[in-house]
Amino acid sequence: MEEFADLVDALIYTRSRNGKLALIADYLRATPDPDRGWALAALTDGLDFPAVKSSTIRNLLKDRVDPVLWSLSRDFVGDTAETASFLWPEPLRPVDAAPPTVSEAVASLAAMTRVSVMAELPRLLDRLDAKGRYALFKLATGGMRVGVSARLAKIAFAQAFDVEVDKVEEYWHALAPPYSELFAWAAEGADPPDTANMPLFRPFMLAHPLEDTEVDLADYVAEWKWDGIRVQLVHVHGETRVYSRSGDDISATFPELIDALAIPAVLDGELLVRGSHQGGKEGGAASFNALQQRLGRKTVSKKMLAEAPAFVRLYDALAIGGDDLRALPWNERRAQLEALMPRLPDSHFDLSQIVEAEDFARLAQIREGARDDAIEGLMLKRRDSPYVAGRKTGLWYKWKRDPLLVDCVLMYAQRGSGKRSSFYSDYTFGCWTADPDQGGELLPVGKAYSGFTDEELKKLDRHVRQNTVNRFGPVRETDKSLVFEVAFDSVHASKRHKSGLAMRFPRIHRIRWDKPAHEADPIEALRALVKE
Amino acid sequence: MSAPHWIQPHPQGIYVAPADCWVDPSVAVERALVTHGHADHARGGHGETLATPETLAIMDLRYNTRAGAVPVAYGETLRLAGSVDATYLPAGHVLGSAQILLEHAGERVVITGDYKRRPDPTCAPFELAPCDIFITEATFGLPVFTHPPIAEEIAKLLSALAANPEACVLVGAYALGKAQRVIAELRAAGHHDPIYLHGAMERMCRLYEELGVPLGELRLVADHTKEEMRGAIIICPPSALNDRWSRRLPDPITAMASGWMRVRQRARQRNVELPLVISDHADWHELTRTVEEVNPRETWITHGREEALLRWHELHQRKARALALVGYEDEDD
Repeated sequence: MEEFADLVDALIYTRSRNGKLALIADYLRATPDPDRGWALAALTDGLDFPAVKSSTIRNLLKDRVDPVLWSLSRDFVGDTAETASFLWPEPLRPVDAAPPTVSEAVASLAAMTRVSVMAELPRLLDRLDAKGRYALFKLATGGMRVGVSARLAKIAFAQAFDVEVDKVEEYWHALAPPYSELFAWAAEGADPPDTANMPLFRPFMLAHPLEDTEVDLADYVAEWKWDGIRVQLVHVHGETRVYSRSGDDISATFPELIDALAIPAVLDGELLVRGSHQGGKEGGAASFNALQQRLGRKTVSKKMLAEAPAFVRLYDALAIGGDDLRALPWNERRAQLEALMPRLPDSHFDLSQIVEAEDFARLAQIREGARDDAIEGLMLKRRDSPYVAGRKTGLWYKWKRDPLLVDCVLMYAQRGSGKRSSFYSDYTFGCWTADPDQGGELLPVGKAYSGFTDEELKKLDRHVRQNTVNRFGPVRETDKSLVFEVAFDSVHASKRHKSGLAMRFPRIHRIRWDKPAHEADPIEALRALVKE
Repeated sequence: MSAPHWIQPHPQGIYVAPADCWVDPSVAVERALVTHGHADHARGGHGETLATPETLAIMDLRYNTRAGAVPVAYGETLRLAGSVDATYLPAGHVLGSAQILLEHAGERVVITGDYKRRPDPTCAPFELAPCDIFITEATFGLPVFTHPPIAEEIAKLLSALAANPEACVLVGAYALGKAQRVIAELRAAGHHDPIYLHGAMERMCRLYEELGVPLGELRLVADHTKEEMRGAIIICPPSALNDRWSRRLPDPITAMASGWMRVRQRARQRNVELPLVISDHADWHELTRTVEEVNPRETWITHGREEALLRWHELHQRKARALALVGYEDEDD
């Protein structure tokens, strides 16, 4: 556990990608099985201990630390695990046992129940110092926040043992922690795991933003960029899986899709919920809001299945009938996908349509004209592009619609967490109910915590601190003097908000230090942008 | 017994009414009693400044305040106007730092300024003074702050240096006190190589040496080439850590010596790769232990994380209040 705790801290303080890669690779080479496999799983969020939650940590500390001192400390540090690692009382008598190994900690955490955790977790904690306790909490609750993506960890693995990263990626999903077969293959030259007959996730092909580039439509094809979640459906040997963009298995959340795909295939598409919000009444989809109700659920009620049925708008085919199509050009894959469509139930699948245009200028007009709220913009795909993992320059572009803008007034601010702990970085802003000179008041319309630079954040933090008129726990109410130009993708009617409006992807577009608050927009201006 | 009327906290400092003087005022006044030389406690422009000779020398370096300087040695008692006696006692914070003990009408008030209880080769150790009213700082007044033994942090610094012989370690440290303490502790740990300084550090280091704190061989970064500085320790003010200035250094590993480095994200916010938890302030345990040992009738808290220290007093049935003095900064310690 000490080496793992050192690795976690070193990763936190190391900013360069190469530095992080070297740290992980060194650790993987130097650490024995199965510790290194468990550590790798922890770094990539591959562990889940249902008995240990962030609330478990809070409850454990509540019995040992004054609640006021706890919350003041938590507020300052900005991280529950770190605060708890500091405040955990050192045992009165020194504990004889050595610190647990990573494997021992994992075995012990996995065996804990919601009841036993209150007695057993302290026993592990008493064997560790503050640094070790921090690493244990992070390991137990997931979310390491060490700036290591799953992809980076896989590259580090490939570097550590001098193997191909694409192979690592492919085998990875066939195996479970502690990945003994993966280490046996990479470190000791054993045969690779047999993946042919497994419903595996294949890494998604992603797009770059188009920025100022123009493309020739002889080489590129355009499709709408739908506002749902990107999914991959895999069917092998009678088994179907649905994977999210990050490779998480979300099959249980969308059981209707499991039954709908019965042909061996690997398909790439946008998961949407039936409705008329996007793309009109025919074959239309509901807004992202409707889809959001269905995300993150482990079980789904019949009512929910009936009210918000999911379907997939297919973009691409990675494999059909056992043939891997990824090396083929896009137009050949598209032809095979079109040929497959009649064999798929249209209740759950349709095909992403090609947007036809004579030239790029005309395409730009079509993109601008489509004020359909939920369509995010266009995708541009090279007609001869193979299906490759990640973002490869020049193959696929996303061409997002220009955002909508509205001027709002900063009302409340809250401290951020992580790198932004101690900074007031989460902002609630409002619009006027009527002309402020005629007695109009500000009503909150949204919340944003991005879109500004680190320098601007410092200035905003100072503004909040110097213009606080009220405090409600961690929230500060400001004097409502600062105007934000807020950018957002769309706005919807919502019963959950007092304003009756919910913005999609709001972010701070510009800080209008110069603009007086009474010149900010009335709420009517925002309401006029709602499209139902 | 109620709080004494003769000692009055104001946002701009503590006013000693019978003697018509201020302690660490944030504005220029006729007569100031100054605890130590940090800019937020020692400001220029006072008519008369009563401080230790070391603090006066530091203030003179910064504001040219020779006029009106009244030196007070540690342990010496001065009779001020209105029958107020002032005694300066070591605070262990930086060279020359003092707590000020004020006695009037049978009451004793101690104003700590900033202080710490840990050993520091560059200044006299904190002296405990029992009193009725204890006016303390609370910069690190949260139970998460436990400063580790400095030897551990110095060892971390030296092992990073040894592991990267082609690079250098750039340590951000407050120019008054922290920088000299880090250098003195490095020397005590057996590191006798030349240590390189940012230009802003030079005069204060020279002054420390003149006042009897040996710091070994010091060189200025500006006088040396990149090649010469490989494998060396370089000390700069925290503000220069991520400045263009550091581009002239050979692959610097960014370190910072500060009590805030205890919190991981604080170190990350500063782009610090090697956090060194070294503070010249009392940590939570020192703060609470000191209150217990001084055992005052009442504690007043000048600045810092006063809410948690107030709560501690409440939990221990002790009387305390926060003064909310303005202008005291603590971000760089």
